[in-house]
Amino acid sequence: MKRILLSSLVVLIGITFLGRLSYLQIFSFSPDQLTDDPAIKKIYDYPERGYIYDRNGKLLVGNDPAYDVMVIPREVKPLDTLEFCNLLNLDKEKFVKQLKKARVYSPRLPSVLVHQLSKEDYGRLQEKMRKYKGFYIQKRSLRYYDTKSAANVLGYISEVNERDLAKNKYYVQGELTGRTGVEKQYEEILRGRKGVQHIQKDRFNRDIGPYKNGTLDTVPEQGKQISLTIDKVLQEYGEQLMVGKRGGIVALEPSSGEILSMISGPTYDPALLVGRQRSKNYTKLYNDTIANPTWDRSILAQQPPGSPFKTLNALIALQEGVIEENTTIRCYNGFYVGRSKKGCHCGGGLRNVNSGIYKSCNAYFAGTFRKIYEKYETTDEGMDVWEKHMKSFGLGNYLGYDLPYGQKGRIPSKEYYDKWYGDNRWSSSYIISNSIGQGEILATPIQLANMTAAIANRGHYYTPHILKKIEGEAISNPKYTEPKHTTIDRKHFEPVIQGMADVYRKGTAKWVQIPGIEIAGKTGTAENFTKINGVRKQLTDHSVFVAFAPVNNPKIAIAVYIENGYYGSRYAGHIASLMIEKYVKGTVTRKDLEKRMLEKTLEHEYAKPYSGEEFKINEYVW
Amino acid sequence: MSGKSVLKRIDWLSVLFYFTLVLIGWLNIYSSTVTEAEPQIFNFNALHGKQLFFAGASVLAILLVLAIEVNFYERFSSLFYLIAMIILLGLYPFGKTIAGATSWYDLGFFNLQPSELAKVATALALAKYLSDIQTDIKRKKHQFYALLILTIPAILIIPQPDPGSALVFFALIFVLFREGLPLYYLGILFLAILIFVATLKFGTLWLIASIIFLTVLFFLIKKKSFKVPIIPFAVVLVSIILFSLSVNFVYNSIFEQRHRDRFGLWLRLEKDPKKLEQIRKTIGYNTYQSEKAIESGGLIGKGFLEGTRTKGDFVPEQHSDYIFSTIGEEWGFLGTSLVVLTFTFLFLRLIHLAERQKNPFSRMYGYGVVSILFVHFLINVGMVIGILPTVGIPLPFMSYGGSGLLFFTILLFIFLRLDANRLKESI
Repeated sequence: MKRILLSSLVVLIGITFLGRLSYLQIFSFSPDQLTDDPAIKKIYDYPERGYIYDRNGKLLVGNDPAYDVMVIPREVKPLDTLEFCNLLNLDKEKFVKQLKKARVYSPRLPSVLVHQLSKEDYGRLQEKMRKYKGFYIQKRSLRYYDTKSAANVLGYISEVNERDLAKNKYYVQGELTGRTGVEKQYEEILRGRKGVQHIQKDRFNRDIGPYKNGTLDTVPEQGKQISLTIDKVLQEYGEQLMVGKRGGIVALEPSSGEILSMISGPTYDPALLVGRQRSKNYTKLYNDTIANPTWDRSILAQQPPGSPFKTLNALIALQEGVIEENTTIRCYNGFYVGRSKKGCHCGGGLRNVNSGIYKSCNAYFAGTFRKIYEKYETTDEGMDVWEKHMKSFGLGNYLGYDLPYGQKGRIPSKEYYDKWYGDNRWSSSYIISNSIGQGEILATPIQLANMTAAIANRGHYYTPHILKKIEGEAISNPKYTEPKHTTIDRKHFEPVIQGMADVYRKGTAKWVQIPGIEIAGKTGTAENFTKINGVRKQLTDHSVFVAFAPVNNPKIAIAVYIENGYYGSRYAGHIASLMIEKYVKGTVTRKDLEKRMLEKTLEHEYAKPYSGEEFKINEYVW
Repeated sequence: MSGKSVLKRIDWLSVLFYFTLVLIGWLNIYSSTVTEAEPQIFNFNALHGKQLFFAGASVLAILLVLAIEVNFYERFSSLFYLIAMIILLGLYPFGKTIAGATSWYDLGFFNLQPSELAKVATALALAKYLSDIQTDIKRKKHQFYALLILTIPAILIIPQPDPGSALVFFALIFVLFREGLPLYYLGILFLAILIFVATLKFGTLWLIASIIFLTVLFFLIKKKSFKVPIIPFAVVLVSIILFSLSVNFVYNSIFEQRHRDRFGLWLRLEKDPKKLEQIRKTIGYNTYQSEKAIESGGLIGKGFLEGTRTKGDFVPEQHSDYIFSTIGEEWGFLGTSLVVLTFTFLFLRLIHLAERQKNPFSRMYGYGVVSILFVHFLINVGMVIGILPTVGIPLPFMSYGGSGLLFFTILLFIFLRLDANRLKESI
């Protein structure tokens, strides 16, 4: 034992070391070590971010040069701090703080000392910069907006955070990435690919030439310019109309599914999120939790759709064969659910599909809805059929449009009610509100617009999308170019569309007529509630309008949702008619109406729940 | 005896291993220290030039060592030891402080590190004492004296401070084991290390729980006929537990933070990835960079003078204590395994040579040489590849350092000189 003790130890250690070394150098080795080799400096060459145009080639977003003052702390020589700070418009404490921060980050890597100088400051500084060792100016490119609208559609870009860095190896600290909207959705197309140069550093951190003679270097790939389906003129017009109102508007081209405009009120000027005031402005916008300007209502606000939903119930009833075009149901200024009566303000009398729609009769649709369920032995079966038809219009699920955010809306299923009331403890009378688009149904404005486009197309729709061209090349993604068919046969659409046309000719929206354009539409007035100090409180109804025009060759399908705007025709209907006229004719002839809609605000309504006082709803303040 | 016959009978295999290591070492020192501006090999202002000078000096030392009469080493070993201890002591009034440690004499043209010299002297002195006809290693008193010979230089070196070098002297305990020191000392030492590590890694509670579990298991499966001496058994158990508790106390109350950092790093006690990232930039920087440099070499390495991390000087002390990481980066697994195998074969060869000595002094000295070299190799490479805690001692024959190279050479060649003379014993 004593003779072999040391030898065995020597052999054992030799084997252990060889094992550890083979683990390190053979098993852990990855040839792609360039990414974290501190001896190889990577110099990036950033391509310019792609421009964004509207559908007619008008510029929406471009780039502007900007200048950052950079510092490499270890190269800084003693300097006249006061003079330098004056030159930079910086107070001394902040300067010292920033310099310390930079030193903590790294003494030998550049940090930003002052973000985004104005062009004037740059001019003044440029010549004097040589005096200050360790400081230099770096040119960057900033987003420039050629419009004050579409902030939520376009989105904004901001510096990558820890999470982005962990998720995507492409980015390094300090780079920019699209954060919302189109900037986020089409980040890779707009961004291009940065070029990389590998530089070998020596022990003194000096560059000593290209690493491996530059064989691993890449040239930057330019960001591509894209055209959106947005119509800049219509978008800006819609946003002007939305001033002082909350809600969402979505206009689609039914024949292609292209999003002509997507408006969310209130909104903000996209230029606020660029430049030196960026973080201040962002905090302000983000902290406005009541008006919530950064929340894109056109795709995120899930609300009860109200009466426009009746058109779908009519279509389903026709498809299921439980009514015919002329089947009549009597309205007793309301209808009965069990022993309780629910009101209707259509005037009462016999209703068929046509008058049921244009007079927006609640009783007619409650009856129709009941018939759909009575066709099947159990409510469960009826519910399944109804749900299937509804969902074929793109409701109750993500639509699949090319924007980074969305909401499903809600088409309640039997499971939903089983959970709510208990298994089989509910019947069609529990869910009768669904017939008139109240109850448990929720939809976003873009879903309502898409549903309208499907009616305009008599049975199919194209998934709404925002991207039209990349570098002038039209998109060919079949997801957006092939139609999705609803479960309703084409022949059933005509009577419903006639009803919708009559809404405009002689029905609930006869006040919004446009000379020379035939519109098919449907008003909606949706009840809604809020909680004030824990008490459920009803607010003024939401004003809803969906329409498409012209009736026989639809060029635009639009959904307008104005929160607390009361009757459907009052705000939503007028705004929709102005936008349709603007889009179809190019100009608006009804200047009086236009002026009135531009000036009216609903701020008094929005203030009510926060006033702390009792308030009346559905007042006539015109 | 003529020098010519010594050269004929010297163990050329060991000499070959020695020169292989020195050559590889110098090439990597060159790679770690050369600058684009001064690529000359014979540049005595550059570190690689200085090391080349010491390599030359080592060859002269070899010739000198081989030329000297073989009995000289044994006869004067006590004197050497005395002189070495005085030189160590002299550091405190006369030494030169470099990087916080007073470990050098400034001799003008170079700095002498006497702890390197003391290694040779102690190995000789221990061999001399043990080979004395009156020494009986089984006796406690003689064990104590033998250990005292190792401990004196260690005690003199610790306050420099250079605890790493001090540790090396205890490597000579392998000589004692070879000469008959009971092996249960080794068992106790091993058990103590095991408990120390287990306590820090898993905590006292877990340790005690698993000991109890193992005890119960032992009593369940033991044969009825086998009688356990209950009282000694209990004493051992209790002392293990007490030791474990005292480890906690020592670790938390007596160790300084930098010691805790090193052990914490070694035993991978930190699990939080954020703090781990922090550790890599601070206390774990050396180890992390060194591991990374070795890993980035892969199987065949980046090539001589092509190591990007070496060039960028990311591993601190890469020409001295961390020279092995340069080999790892530039020569890959082929290079590192060549070095590990060369060392291993050198040690095995030297043990073989020691065992064939007729003269006990030569055998014991041979074991001393292997023990010292082996412990340097173990601690240095273990540290650089990240499996042992950070202890700053050089890799023999390879790390930059004049005194180191010179005295490791003398240490080795005194033994080769003794071995060359083994057939002509004259005592």
